[in-house]
Amino acid sequence: MIRNSYFINIIRFVLLILVQVLVFNKLNFFGYINPMVYILFLYWYPIKEKRQLFLLLSFLLGFLIDLFSDTVAIHAAATVTIAYLRPTIMRFCFGVNYEFQNFKLTNTTKAQQITFLTLLIIIHHLVFFTLEIFSFENTLLILKKVLTISIATLILCLLLSSLFSVKKE
Amino acid sequence: MRQIINFVLRYKNFLLYLFLLIIALALTVQSHSYHRSKYFNSSNWLTGNIYETTSNITTYFGLGEENKKLVEENKRLRNLLFNQKKEDSLLLDTTNITYKVIASQVIKNSYSLPRNYITIKKGSAQGIKPDMGVITANGILGIVENTSKNFATVQSILNTKSRINAKIKNTNHYGSLIWDTKDYNTVQLADIERLVPVKIGDTIVTGASSSIFPENIPIGVIRNFDLNNSQSSYSIDIKLFNNMAAVKSIYIIENIQREEIIELEAKTNNDSQ
Repeated sequence: MIRNSYFINIIRFVLLILVQVLVFNKLNFFGYINPMVYILFLYWYPIKEKRQLFLLLSFLLGFLIDLFSDTVAIHAAATVTIAYLRPTIMRFCFGVNYEFQNFKLTNTTKAQQITFLTLLIIIHHLVFFTLEIFSFENTLLILKKVLTISIATLILCLLLSSLFSVKKE
Repeated sequence: MRQIINFVLRYKNFLLYLFLLIIALALTVQSHSYHRSKYFNSSNWLTGNIYETTSNITTYFGLGEENKKLVEENKRLRNLLFNQKKEDSLLLDTTNITYKVIASQVIKNSYSLPRNYITIKKGSAQGIKPDMGVITANGILGIVENTSKNFATVQSILNTKSRINAKIKNTNHYGSLIWDTKDYNTVQLADIERLVPVKIGDTIVTGASSSIFPENIPIGVIRNFDLNNSQSSYSIDIKLFNNMAAVKSIYIIENIQREEIIELEAKTNNDSQ
């Protein structure tokens, strides 16, 4: 069972990178909207795993995306930030429930899941576009990009997560 | 001592996060101000090969259109060739050649970021070096920034770091080409003085004071212009001839005399100090 979960995570890691750089980075909807679906890795990642490994994996994920899209380390900074904040966000979304041993993402309500995903996406995009544009003169531009691209990312992440969700029996 | 160890143990997650974040921020900030890191770009072996494989598949879908573009370009060049008046054998002498052209293809294009980079096939093994000019059949595209053995990354003109010398065609009014990140088909021409007569529809070409591009390579036409707040120079919007969202076949230009020019300029600077 444990080996199985490692295997799934490795497959997810590779597939999400490929899908991100080969499909979604080339979307350029309205000229600038490229949803960042690789955030789903952090959404799906097991809760009970070691945090240090999770942080390192998130950094690696962001950094590989950076390599492909020539953004040096902006994706890495944004991804490692949401990886660090994930327990806090989970406590906020699911209450104390998530500390229990038998907690599973599929057992929570749809609204809780969407809040969790939305918070991950918004924090990620805020860090990402602040670093990308890198000047406070353009605060409006940053906010506009964060808002529109967050919506696009959220929609696509929800679609993908419902497509690949584990069926309840 | 024990307290320090306890502190580290208690905050190990936070310290690890801080460590990773600082690495990322340092790399990013450094890339904003200096020449980009040599290693962390998409010309490396892994990303280059993945992009090449996918581009090999996807180019099949655009072959017809690509063909049409190339025939169009051939037609234009043949027109120039047939109507050339002087037949001078001196022109064919290889020692007189200043520019060498290498053909290549784009394997990854990007135009939605503030700092866009394009990845191309061919690298140092095929004679590509940093600071060579890159053009398409329609106009300029950018400057080679990093090379690996078989791939190279090109700093697109759609990059806030890009500064290319440009002028209004048939005049000697120079400015530099910049990009305000708003629209991927529009770039800006800065530093044109207010005394210069500017008209909408004027063609903008590359200038002569660049050692990277030959003179008179087309860039675009003036879409609109207005005087700056300082009232001393125009800010001009230029509609590009290139469709930056669909570039495929490209030419890389090597200026054979570039090293000599740079050496001479460096020497002059040293002497004058």
